[in-house]
Amino acid sequence: MKLGFIVNPIAGMGGKVGLKGTDGKEVLEKARQLGAYPEAPEKAKKALKILISLIDQIEIITCPGSMGEDEATQLGFKSIIIGDRKTNVGPEDTEEAASKMLEMGVDLLLFAGGDGTARNIYNVIGDKLPAIGIPAGVKIHSAVYANHPRSAGEVALKYLKGELKTIREAEVMDIDEEAYREGQVTAKLYGYMKVPYERQLVQSLKAGRPEQEESARKSIADRIVSEMEPDIFYIIGSGTSTRPIMEKLGLPNTLLGIDIVKNKKLVASDVGEKDILKIINGKKAKIIVTVIGGQGYIFGRGNQQLSGNVIKMVGKDNIRIIATKNKIISLGGQPILVDTGDDEVNKMFNRYMRILTSYNEEIIYKVKGL
Amino acid sequence: MAKLKIRENYHQARWDEPIIYELSTPGERGILVPQPEKEIKDESGDILSSLPENMRRKDKPNLPEISQKHVLAHYLHLSQETLGSNLNNDISQGTCTMKYNPRINEKLATLIQHVHPSQDENTMQGILSIYYRFENFLKEISGMDRFTLQPGGGSHAVYTAASIIRAYHESKGELEQRNEVITTIFSHPCDAATPATAGFKVITLFPNEETGIPDIEALEEAVSERTAAVFITNPEDTGIYNKDIDEFVRIVHEAGALCFYDQANANGMLGIARAREAGFDMCHFNVHKTFGTPHGCSGPGTGALGVRDYLARFLPIPTVEFNGEKYYLDYDRPESIGKVRGFFGVAPVVLKAYSWVMMLGAEGLKEVAEISVLNNNYLQKKIEDIPGVDVWYARGRHRLEQVRYNWIELEKETGVGTDDIMRRIGDYGIQHYWTSHHPWVVPEPFTLEPCETYSKADLDEYAAVLERIAEEARKDPELVKASPHKCASNVIVKPEELNDPDKWAVTWRAYLKKHRKE
Repeated sequence: MKLGFIVNPIAGMGGKVGLKGTDGKEVLEKARQLGAYPEAPEKAKKALKILISLIDQIEIITCPGSMGEDEATQLGFKSIIIGDRKTNVGPEDTEEAASKMLEMGVDLLLFAGGDGTARNIYNVIGDKLPAIGIPAGVKIHSAVYANHPRSAGEVALKYLKGELKTIREAEVMDIDEEAYREGQVTAKLYGYMKVPYERQLVQSLKAGRPEQEESARKSIADRIVSEMEPDIFYIIGSGTSTRPIMEKLGLPNTLLGIDIVKNKKLVASDVGEKDILKIINGKKAKIIVTVIGGQGYIFGRGNQQLSGNVIKMVGKDNIRIIATKNKIISLGGQPILVDTGDDEVNKMFNRYMRILTSYNEEIIYKVKGL
Repeated sequence: MAKLKIRENYHQARWDEPIIYELSTPGERGILVPQPEKEIKDESGDILSSLPENMRRKDKPNLPEISQKHVLAHYLHLSQETLGSNLNNDISQGTCTMKYNPRINEKLATLIQHVHPSQDENTMQGILSIYYRFENFLKEISGMDRFTLQPGGGSHAVYTAASIIRAYHESKGELEQRNEVITTIFSHPCDAATPATAGFKVITLFPNEETGIPDIEALEEAVSERTAAVFITNPEDTGIYNKDIDEFVRIVHEAGALCFYDQANANGMLGIARAREAGFDMCHFNVHKTFGTPHGCSGPGTGALGVRDYLARFLPIPTVEFNGEKYYLDYDRPESIGKVRGFFGVAPVVLKAYSWVMMLGAEGLKEVAEISVLNNNYLQKKIEDIPGVDVWYARGRHRLEQVRYNWIELEKETGVGTDDIMRRIGDYGIQHYWTSHHPWVVPEPFTLEPCETYSKADLDEYAAVLERIAEEARKDPELVKASPHKCASNVIVKPEELNDPDKWAVTWRAYLKKHRKE
């Protein structure tokens, strides 16, 4: 059995420091200056570790250094390395590696990254090769990713052992840049990749956003604003569901970022993790956060600024989840997910929580920390 | 045993019948009413002068002008363009409890057509005794202590329950604090809507995927000192019976709140389980569903609301009482929430339901529940064997009297969804099915409830028709998507058109205004 293994080591670095992705060299440099460090290699290792039982049966074909070789070696896997070691890696390296793996006839491609990485791989392999993504990026709209690094490993294990035979076409998506400039989060569909499918383990596609959802969001915003207390910092999460809160307050909104409000006035816009910790340190704060589309994440996708440290400082009882009823129903019964990268914080969320769905309505729904 | 037969060559009557206004010819008359004779005219004078000026029409009413023959033909044609209640395989209407409504009870109901509710109660002892006795039946069936039969339907009874809960907490000075009502996503929508109308905030629980019912932990997260009540349907619309229901009640009671049991889906529980033993403070029945009286377009409804003795003082007025000698209406109930409907309810429905219970007796009621559950389990097995059908939640566990199925797999495979199949059923002479309340928590849903009055042949026919349509979806999806082909009207109504205020017209006048602007 041949397993292709590609890690985009810089995936996800932008998110933690308040950037909306890590695409482009300048953004990466900025992320490094702001103190970001690579997390994708660790996430990739979590997935690969699940395959340890097949260590003698699989041949891993991977890229040099932190693009796969290091992770495989650290776990004791022997691997065939393709290409040369480089200091700085970019999208073209991902594409070149995927292309070679396709030529070498791998059975499955396991890759770690975000929507950008998925697009690069899709550009090369199309639907010619089954693949499964390890979620490590800032933007995870693509349905080719598993819910969690471990789940990606489980899907790969089951597929390689022949226990999982269902293959589905999964969407490769990325933020539609044109729409984004006009202030809408619309994930554009770039194509389909073949993904071994198990409902519990693979992310469902983000839910659509029909116009009628807007009135429900406004009704939620009315309630949130009406219950705002004086002298408390309100940390307003990213997404279209929280936008009407800022509109109701007459304040500028950062669609893909975090804003902080106190006494109905803007304290700071588009803040990163460190800014948040600095502002709320020793003060009373609440987080208003929404469920991110069909994936069902409240923390860990698209809002990495709201890190485990931020959540610990705010306290789990000061988190208000908002979402329209349709958004919850589109989860198909799957729990709402939390993946902060901090196991201790993730565990705090293993319970039922209230979700505000309109002015006078709430839903009690299961939350699961990964 | 009846032989299984799919009506292959069925075709409904199609008359292309115009609206009666379109048949109107100026001057045409059905009956020519003779002018009164001079003597009568002189004696009666100007009879319209006794009517107040503001009650008199300025213009003649715009009625269709049409001969008697054409009126008769018109309504005959329309009647032939329906499948007709009680003449059809109505298994389709899950959650509606469509069963055979004995014709003889319709005859009985005509006995009270000359009674007016404003009559002196001494002259209505018969119907009052029926009210009193039927209330006693419901008390026995549910274990509640008092009932009102005033509400005109199920949701109306549930709204009455919400109003009583308000009055109860108000009487204890806790209404301001207790402003939340808990329900479940598969309870009837009125369990959320009517408490909301009564001013409560609504908290909704979702089911656990494996058990099909909400987890106790979910309820515990919802219950607090703000809880006024729980409004819960059992079995829920999925057909799954909540076996932890007494535990739910215990938790809610411990928090000082009340428990209302929505028993619209009671058909599988008659004579088997009671609201009282589960600990409930209140419950309701849809008399027109469970107790065998016609509904939908075939007749009016009655919602029966039952309460425990400590809530009886809040019931609507009047209650029907018996002093050992005579039946009477009691209006002297100072803490009552007042009236929820004119007079004291829909008397013919109560009479028909009373007759239905008398015909069956206690053992018969239990048999109703047993056969409806048996029918459902038999049908479920047959439907689940159809490739492309799935059932969400609590896989492999029996339901009670109905099942919410789905066509998710078939839709993925063929593009034919539940709305297409629903229309196609009409081509086989069967009433189209009920999909689901909104929102569709289960995608591509359909809900079947084969009550006790359907035979094995009816169930087999139904399953065979669905199996046939699933085959058609694979072989010729367009056939199903373009259906119906053999019905009185083969026009596919697009939901987006129904949602367009510029297009909808529910009266002739509105139609003229919006669509014939010349």
